[in-house]
Amino acid sequence: MLEGILAGVTTALTLQNLIMVVAGCLIGTLIGMLPGLGPMSIIAIMIPIAIKIGDPSAALILLAGVYYGAIFGGSTSSILINAPGVAGTVATSFDGYPMARQGKAGKALTIAAIGSFAGGTVGAVLLMGFAPALASVALLFHSAEYFALMVVGLSAIAAFAGSGQVAKALMMTVLGVMLATVGESAQFNAPRFTMGIQDLQSGISFITLAMALFALPEALYLVLNPARSNTGKDGEGGEIKELRITREEAKKITPVIGRQSIQGFLIGVMPGAGATIASFLGYAVERNIAKGEDQKEFGKGSIKGLAAPETANNAACTGSFVPLLTLGIPGSGTTAILLGALIALNVTPGPRLMVDNPSIFWAVIISMYIGNVVLLILNLPLIPYIAKLLQIPRNYLIPFILFFTMMGSYIGQNNATELLLLTGMGLAATIMRFAGFPLAPMLIGFILGQLLEDNFSRAMSLTDGVSFMWERPMTLILLILAVVLIFLPSFRQQLAMWRRRGVAEGD
Amino acid sequence: MTLDRAIAGIFVLICVIYGYTAFVTMEAGLLPFERNLTFLPNTMPKWLSILGAFIGLIVIVQSGPKEAGEIDPSEIDVRNLRQYKLGQAIALLVLMVAYALLLRPIGFLAATTLFICLGGYVLGERNYKLMVPVAAVAAFFIWYLVEQVLGIFLRPWPWFVYGGA
Repeated sequence: MLEGILAGVTTALTLQNLIMVVAGCLIGTLIGMLPGLGPMSIIAIMIPIAIKIGDPSAALILLAGVYYGAIFGGSTSSILINAPGVAGTVATSFDGYPMARQGKAGKALTIAAIGSFAGGTVGAVLLMGFAPALASVALLFHSAEYFALMVVGLSAIAAFAGSGQVAKALMMTVLGVMLATVGESAQFNAPRFTMGIQDLQSGISFITLAMALFALPEALYLVLNPARSNTGKDGEGGEIKELRITREEAKKITPVIGRQSIQGFLIGVMPGAGATIASFLGYAVERNIAKGEDQKEFGKGSIKGLAAPETANNAACTGSFVPLLTLGIPGSGTTAILLGALIALNVTPGPRLMVDNPSIFWAVIISMYIGNVVLLILNLPLIPYIAKLLQIPRNYLIPFILFFTMMGSYIGQNNATELLLLTGMGLAATIMRFAGFPLAPMLIGFILGQLLEDNFSRAMSLTDGVSFMWERPMTLILLILAVVLIFLPSFRQQLAMWRRRGVAEGD
Repeated sequence: MTLDRAIAGIFVLICVIYGYTAFVTMEAGLLPFERNLTFLPNTMPKWLSILGAFIGLIVIVQSGPKEAGEIDPSEIDVRNLRQYKLGQAIALLVLMVAYALLLRPIGFLAATTLFICLGGYVLGERNYKLMVPVAAVAAFFIWYLVEQVLGIFLRPWPWFVYGGA
């Protein structure tokens, strides 16, 4: 392991990779601040560039830097103008925006940066411990277990979708897997479900799908409801001063940051949970723990209420790399896009990654530390200048967001049909979002669909049927876990309903 | 009928067509030796179509009209769709389709400049003196970045420059 770490340090500290970290963090912060472009869209736009770089470590370092930068940029816009660019930073605006209105925007940004730094760094330390342990267990896995593990991952994503949403999320997952079967697959040389359209023969490009599912609906929402983009207003987000925090304040937030780094990381490791849930849960837990005056402060500009979600979301971002790097299973939409990028770069994440390509594996982890330092020392002083970006008028911002969305899917394939596909799927995705269908499960289903089928076919060929599902105990346990994950939320809901009814009758 | 039920209904329909293709069309297209294999191109699609149709039906049964309090204020309330800028959104989507169709014939630079200007126009921007130069400079800059730095060819000029091809 020590050898691997040293190899990683050497790779991460080359001039090229250091430039990648800095560039990634800066680009991520810049774009992540704009409403309508979350980390998923930014990473999808950056993929052609990353592939062009060619070197997988450098590309992954760049993309990981963009990811952190985007989360941090999202916090900046939630604090300054109450417009979270990313779902994971919605909880940041609860206390961050009130602080900014009290004239403490600089202080709020510093707390956000320190929280992010601590969360990311503690997350990276835990990742170093967790990932090798999990990878060594995963090495024992067989295609049957992989198949079962992917089923668990997909059902966990649906299970975390929230009450009453499980069936909808499952439906979207199945739709994603179905879309993955379009085109020629590696195992069969006959095209499937292309409806005779030649452009579909190579399948649907995942960047196009990612853009259609996230960037385009968000941009259309900004058009439909102008109140969502509070950009271009005078007086807001303008003056930022007083970046320093006092010793007393530091003492107050230290335990919060400590707790939330660990809690956020653990939530991030679970597939389907990710930064959004981690930040909301972090906020809720800290509000419940806080006593008296402190608790009343929450929602009115409490520094604890700001530090909690900020620390938790960055720790969760790091945590979500654990299943990606060790099992090859993405836990969130963003890591799903990263997985797609890795496959395009000829790297297959999974337990073998640590053994076969230790320098890539460790370089990514080491660059996480560097990325966090860059965010703290480079971005923080630059924030007042970067924040000027928020003053771009909406009439310019939206056409540019739409244009970047189209460029992302166009330059990957150099095919104008891709743009028509993007518009069509984007419209469909927007309508589905109107109806409250979660879109991330669809993308994860799409990305895992191919791997799911490959492992399913291998397992079936080895046992000559589906008997592997109950013959191998590990597979059976995982599949039972998947079923439990799906039915647990609806069972709990039913139980609550029965209880409520019981109380009503008792009265 | 609520929108989510309609979407789930369409999804079930898709599953039926998908399933028909997997069970009937693809089955008929199999080669003789393939019939003895355990795993076929239509094995997973068969499972998926059944699972999908089943889940789709559950969504249809479970969904219902939302209570007023259930709607997240940050989301769009579909029942009052008219209070939003629907016209602008549709116009922008039409512009995107036009961009896709015109990108090759009139070239990247012209298509992009037009798209950004017209997009701004749709949204209500009337300061042409600023809008046109911003769009043109941005189009040129991005073309330069993508083609010269990244090396991805974008076909910058209209068709007549390339001799009518």
